[in-house]
Amino acid sequence: MDILIAVAILGILSLIAEIFNLRKAIVPVTVIGLIAVLGHAVYKAMYGTTLLNWELDESQYFNMVQSTKYGLAFSSLFILLTIFLVTLSADFHKNHQPKISDFVAIKLFLLTGAIAMVTFGNMAMFFLGIEILSISLYVLAASEPKNVKSNEAGMKYFLMGAFASGILLFGIALIYGATGTFDIPTIMSLNNANLPSWYTIGSVLIAIGLLFKIAAVPFHFWAPDVYEGSPALTTATMSTLAKVAAMASFFKLITSLNPHLPGFLTTINIVAVLSMIVGNLIALRQINVKRMLAFSGIAHAGYMMLAFQFLDYTNAQANLFYYAAAYALAGIAAFAVVLSVCGNKGNEEIYNFNGLGKTNPLLAGILTCALLSMAGIPIFSGFFAKFFLFDQVLDKGRLILVIFAVISSIISVGYYFKLILAMYTKESTEEVQPVPVAYTTVAVASIALNIIIGLVPSFVMSLVR
Amino acid sequence: MDVSFILVILLFGAGATWFVGDKLAKTAALIFSAAALAATLYVIYRYNLGQKVSFIYLWNQSPRIFLGFQADGLSLTMTLLTTALTPIIVLSSFGNLFPKSRAFYALILFMAFAMVGTFLSVDGLIYYVFWELSLIPIYFIALIWGNGDAEERKKAVIKFFIYTFAGSLFMLVAFVYLYQKTGSFLNLHLYKAMLSAKEQTWIFAAFFLAYAIKTPIIPFHTWQANVYQKAPAAGTMLLSGIMLKMALYSIIRWQLPITPWAANEYKYIVIGLCLAGVIYGSVLALKQTDLKKLLAYSSLAHVGLIAAGVYTLTLDGLRGAVLQMVAHGFVVVGLFFAAEVINRRFNTGEITQMGGIRVQSPKFTSMFMILVLASVALPGTFNFVGEFEVLYSLAQANIWLAVVGGTTIILGAFYMLRMFQHVMLGEKNEKFFADVTVTEGAVFVIILAVLLFFGLYPKPITEFVTPELEKVLVFINRFNK
Repeated sequence: MDILIAVAILGILSLIAEIFNLRKAIVPVTVIGLIAVLGHAVYKAMYGTTLLNWELDESQYFNMVQSTKYGLAFSSLFILLTIFLVTLSADFHKNHQPKISDFVAIKLFLLTGAIAMVTFGNMAMFFLGIEILSISLYVLAASEPKNVKSNEAGMKYFLMGAFASGILLFGIALIYGATGTFDIPTIMSLNNANLPSWYTIGSVLIAIGLLFKIAAVPFHFWAPDVYEGSPALTTATMSTLAKVAAMASFFKLITSLNPHLPGFLTTINIVAVLSMIVGNLIALRQINVKRMLAFSGIAHAGYMMLAFQFLDYTNAQANLFYYAAAYALAGIAAFAVVLSVCGNKGNEEIYNFNGLGKTNPLLAGILTCALLSMAGIPIFSGFFAKFFLFDQVLDKGRLILVIFAVISSIISVGYYFKLILAMYTKESTEEVQPVPVAYTTVAVASIALNIIIGLVPSFVMSLVR
Repeated sequence: MDVSFILVILLFGAGATWFVGDKLAKTAALIFSAAALAATLYVIYRYNLGQKVSFIYLWNQSPRIFLGFQADGLSLTMTLLTTALTPIIVLSSFGNLFPKSRAFYALILFMAFAMVGTFLSVDGLIYYVFWELSLIPIYFIALIWGNGDAEERKKAVIKFFIYTFAGSLFMLVAFVYLYQKTGSFLNLHLYKAMLSAKEQTWIFAAFFLAYAIKTPIIPFHTWQANVYQKAPAAGTMLLSGIMLKMALYSIIRWQLPITPWAANEYKYIVIGLCLAGVIYGSVLALKQTDLKKLLAYSSLAHVGLIAAGVYTLTLDGLRGAVLQMVAHGFVVVGLFFAAEVINRRFNTGEITQMGGIRVQSPKFTSMFMILVLASVALPGTFNFVGEFEVLYSLAQANIWLAVVGGTTIILGAFYMLRMFQHVMLGEKNEKFFADVTVTEGAVFVIILAVLLFFGLYPKPITEFVTPELEKVLVFINRFNK
């Protein structure tokens, strides 16, 4: 709860700063504030207490928020991602300097939504979180009002998202009807074998709503268009922060609801396999980098859904967290490079990356590392993430799922290397443009973190365990 | 000082080479690779005195992963092969002017780091990490500094990458499966896993896929000739001299002791595939008009024979294979370097455009001649020792296998000597051919010295590897009483 309040206050502060004409201070102050909150969250996740021993009594808030290790770890990841995204936004929005406070504030509110989505103890809180997150994203997707594609993206995302939220809300209502409560611990304590059948229907509807949010096949059709049309920084937000948040809450919610439905897990597995295979296959044919990363994100959602196969629940949580961290950090690094190469020109075709290996070896190296991490090649954390998940799934005895995951990993190498080949073997056609320091800093920092968590996986997983 | 020190030197050397800049890069690379060689020799010296040179550290609690580097006769031999060939390969590139040479030399050292890690690791997962890691530098070396048409090169290199990556991923699945069974990735624990026949068959197949692609064994060889031809000389040397030995070593270290029942059951099928590669490689080598491609196919034939020796599951076969691995490593590096020396002067790989070199450069001709003779396993060279022992082990299994395997010597002599005739002899070539420079000469002399010394006196290496191979054989034979 304290983290949630702190982030919300930061968001309001950045709006107030606009009134007092402190526009220049917004980004630095927000980043420093977020770093402080991050430290607080990580400390709390590690030791279970806060540094100064002041803590809000969560029972006073009717258990709306539960500070579990899982929630705190994911919150820390979200805060870290937001720090990167806010740092990027200063340069990205330099043509819209007067609106900078809006952009930063919306990102912070989006963060509160994401945090609420993983720390909720109550269905109402969960729904509030997902709506705050989604509405912030609708606004950000359409934040270039003069660009037709951005308008299209915002509209599409809004219509589809609102529809999914409706399904989700219907599911929550059915569950309330079956159990008479929104409180997650109470729902978990009820023996749901004796619950009426609409409990199961509600669970399935919630699952469908969330599968839409994480863009799993066959609910993925919005993702490529929205990713392509949105401003690049918004795409970065969607494919890292929003996707990981939706995935984390999907896992938490479905494992808490635990619908006693024969074939439910099998269906989830089929969706996971479809997402991996379809996402990677279609990504092979893309020439737009944002679209390609959208399909790659669909495939990664599929991998993360393998976490539902578990024998040991905390272990599965830790593996999911590790995968999410590895994927999101690689994603941020990749998007930081995409931003510095394509900037604001609204054209992210692969040929923009031609000859980057010569013109800017550092950025080319970072993008290469990010893509290698997503492809799952050691020593990057993406490899260990896949390895831990495969280990867990084999533990459960689902060899066939692992085989599918391996095959789709092999497919994915094809398109990740398409980009790498363009950077190193083609000649650059355009003159070199200076890259803002913030972009390079974020790219270096996130890829360094990606490699570091690959070297010390036990620390990252101890945040959850 | 333990074995991890070699790795540290190579990794640090790769970083330092990158930072000293383009001008000093090659010197730095040579110094660090020579330092790694010195460290390896010192470690071997200490190992022979019976001191502890292994290194182990619990890296991750759950799943249990050890950062462990085991020094024994087998792994140290392969490490020595790597660290001895790396300075030679660095030295052999001195004659080329590479753009961005600091990245080039740094990648060579990084590659050596990954390969040494593969040879030394005792933990399956760390082994896999190093195994995959070695792919990245060679991919970039072949892609950026390779020769020939860029589009074709790209296709060849990406095919190589996806092929090997695909194979290794199934190996990873096998490792994870074994971890579920035994709760450990350490090789000694995996050796003791009690696996059913069905499990062994699948794990054997998963390992085989990874190793057959990397070695390469027919029918997984299609990436090889193109990549060898397109890669720069140093890249080809790394691939053929050391990297494919990773696969052969891994068969001895991981595949056979973990799945001995399956190895014994399918031994003749696998040996058949290996020997098919011998014939196939030899026949194709006869047909080649490109010097590097010819050497690539001849390498396919020789490696097929080594793999056949390994899969006989006898001490002679394993030992012959290890000896032949070392010998082939040196000879193939020498041969590809000779091709590069000609390429530097004539700027072509076409055999038809060569000829008449002998008149102009007697020194180069005689050194190339010895290399060719070593490659066809003339008695007195190192290759003879290994090849003879492998053929002997095949004869023990079945005399016809030895007969088929022996064709590699006959056909090899035929195509290698014919190649030598077309490339070197004949009327004086119109193009000028300068005799070898000092650095080029140094490379040849070192390689020839090694080949001749161990050809006449192989005892140090045989004695060094035999105890370890005997230990491995105990595990291989645990199901076959």
